[in-house]
Amino acid sequence: MRVGLFVTCLVDSMRPRIGFAALRLLEAAGCEVFVPETQTCCGQPGYNSGDSKTAKNLALKFIAEFEGYDYVVVPSGSCAGMIRVHYPGLFEDEPDLHERFLKVAERTFELTDFLHRIVRLEKITGTFRGSLTYHDSCSGLRELDVYKQPRALLARMPDVALEEMVESTTCCGFGGTFSVKYGELSARMADNKCRHIADTHAGTIAGGDLGCLLNIEGRLRRNGDHDTRVLHIAEILAGGED
Amino acid sequence: MQNASLDFKRQVTVKLADEKLQQALSRLQSRFVEGRSAVISEIHDLQETRDAATRIRDRVLNNLGHWLLHFEEQATKRGAVVHWAETAEDANRIVVEIAKQHDVKTAAKSKSMVSEECGLNDALENAGVKVVETDLGEYILQQAHEAPSHIVAPVVHKNKEEISDLFANVHGLPRKTGIAELCREAREVLRPAFLNADMGISGANFLIAETGSALIVTNEGNGRLVTTLPRVHVAITGIEKVVPTLEDASTLLRLLPRSATGQSITNYVSMLTGKKKETDPEGPDHFHIVLLDNGRSSLLGTPMQEMLRCIRCGACMNHCPVYQNIGGHAYGWVYPGPMGSILTPLLDGIEKAPDLPNASTLCGACAVVCPVKIPLPDLLRKLREKQLALGLRPRQETALLGIWSWLALHPRAYALATRIAVRAMKVVGGKEGLLHRLPGASGWTDGRDFPAPEGKTFREMYRERS
Repeated sequence: MRVGLFVTCLVDSMRPRIGFAALRLLEAAGCEVFVPETQTCCGQPGYNSGDSKTAKNLALKFIAEFEGYDYVVVPSGSCAGMIRVHYPGLFEDEPDLHERFLKVAERTFELTDFLHRIVRLEKITGTFRGSLTYHDSCSGLRELDVYKQPRALLARMPDVALEEMVESTTCCGFGGTFSVKYGELSARMADNKCRHIADTHAGTIAGGDLGCLLNIEGRLRRNGDHDTRVLHIAEILAGGED
Repeated sequence: MQNASLDFKRQVTVKLADEKLQQALSRLQSRFVEGRSAVISEIHDLQETRDAATRIRDRVLNNLGHWLLHFEEQATKRGAVVHWAETAEDANRIVVEIAKQHDVKTAAKSKSMVSEECGLNDALENAGVKVVETDLGEYILQQAHEAPSHIVAPVVHKNKEEISDLFANVHGLPRKTGIAELCREAREVLRPAFLNADMGISGANFLIAETGSALIVTNEGNGRLVTTLPRVHVAITGIEKVVPTLEDASTLLRLLPRSATGQSITNYVSMLTGKKKETDPEGPDHFHIVLLDNGRSSLLGTPMQEMLRCIRCGACMNHCPVYQNIGGHAYGWVYPGPMGSILTPLLDGIEKAPDLPNASTLCGACAVVCPVKIPLPDLLRKLREKQLALGLRPRQETALLGIWSWLALHPRAYALATRIAVRAMKVVGGKEGLLHRLPGASGWTDGRDFPAPEGKTFREMYRERS
């Protein structure tokens, strides 16, 4: 099956290794993976800032790049949510496009959702050992129902001990541009998250959205915690996390 | 009520540093979030019930004029007088006139957010009517000269010690410390207010069109006293509160207390229908119902109409990580949290609350618990669109948005810009791999480091590899 990998702008610029981890996982699952070179951003920063015009233009750019694949896989719940849940709504007044966006939305998946439910990846190659706690990012959780999927995949790794934190489904305070516009509030929300992470005594905090992870890592480090590792679920599942 | 939403950002700083408030807010989780969660599962067909409630509210809103007239007809038939108030000032004027007409000296009031919206107490006091709040929370706030910070638990921002001090000070009685003692003291102070009041004022959670009834849910029993003992009863509420039938009200009642206070049902559910009849042992001689528009009807037929489904349970704020950290006062007007961040700009002016629609991560926790399925994050986003279209966003923000959107639509320039940026940031991040400062993004770096990028973009590495 031909899979288009939408890397996301954050992974592209900040953590390419997450992109490569996703690539290895998809290939391990038997997918033929394509990475359209002209991809940039799904458009969320504009969409959530009230600029639906740019969001529409980026949606059109996306569909031109990705419509031809059997599936589109995204290592981020919020970008996958943008494509699956919000793109079609941007074209409600244009029936033909609306229909096309609905079709591509149906074939677009967040990475762990795809690995667990669609290709049913059984053999996990990651070599991660130790305890970790998992943060459920908002969009993946509430727009795409991603909760069990990463846990099911982690459960197939014998050396991983999942220590659940309290309020794992409470927002970490990232929220895209919110984290800069309302930095103080955002940092407080991140602080609450860091406290819940610390309470688990897990050595690693993992999640499925890089934005949240950067937010959490930024607050952990500012608080003087340089030990807790912050990893994307793809890095853990695919190995090569070191 | 005066709108102070323009001061939101400064208030956030104040509220985050207020330790007493933070301690008080930490109780939201156990009291309301876990409270709701414990009883909402009693509804085995929860999603179907939410759908049914949504349909009931939509049916009314799609034909609001019809249902309001139907309500008026039925209420009038049973001896109530229905008044229409287009603005908050109109509502105040109407209630003051009713008070004058019936020679009212004192009024006892049960909780009503619409009366807060109107600033009704001030209007009555100015007209020489003494108003006593009888809901315990509202009574505390009236003594403290404060506004509610939550639509269901108005005094959630205060702790017990503050209330002990306040009561000792206001009542001139020995300071009590136990909750039961404090409640007893309030009850004793309030008893004469119920007995002496010429007029009782309540809100209404629902208006039932088929019977012309005003329905209120309360826990303390004060609502029942206020609506039955005084010779005049005035119920004031928003025009959107009407529901077609008793059956519909009972569907909504399955959701309202569970969503609001984590109760299967409130201690009292009062259905107030008409004035006292000759055969009735008790009840008001005069029953007036004041229905406030105050901008609500302007939302009908617009994409914001869904907001009018709101049944004021407060679940959205209880579950909102922003509200949980700053409380209700920071929002600056009557309605806080997600529903308030939508209602404030819609009812009081979009230019008066520029921060509210933006001060949300759009995490969606509110929409999941909303009993009438209001798509709160979508409505917040629509308000952001409106702000941008009206030129209400800061120039720096729109400029950055413009640059970003141009780059994102031009992949080559985007690739070049990101390649340069990630290299520069890697250098600045140094060995530690952290940026302590980011020009133009101090909002981030004031409270957090910024983890440095790896130094190359995925796309260039992918290209090099293949």
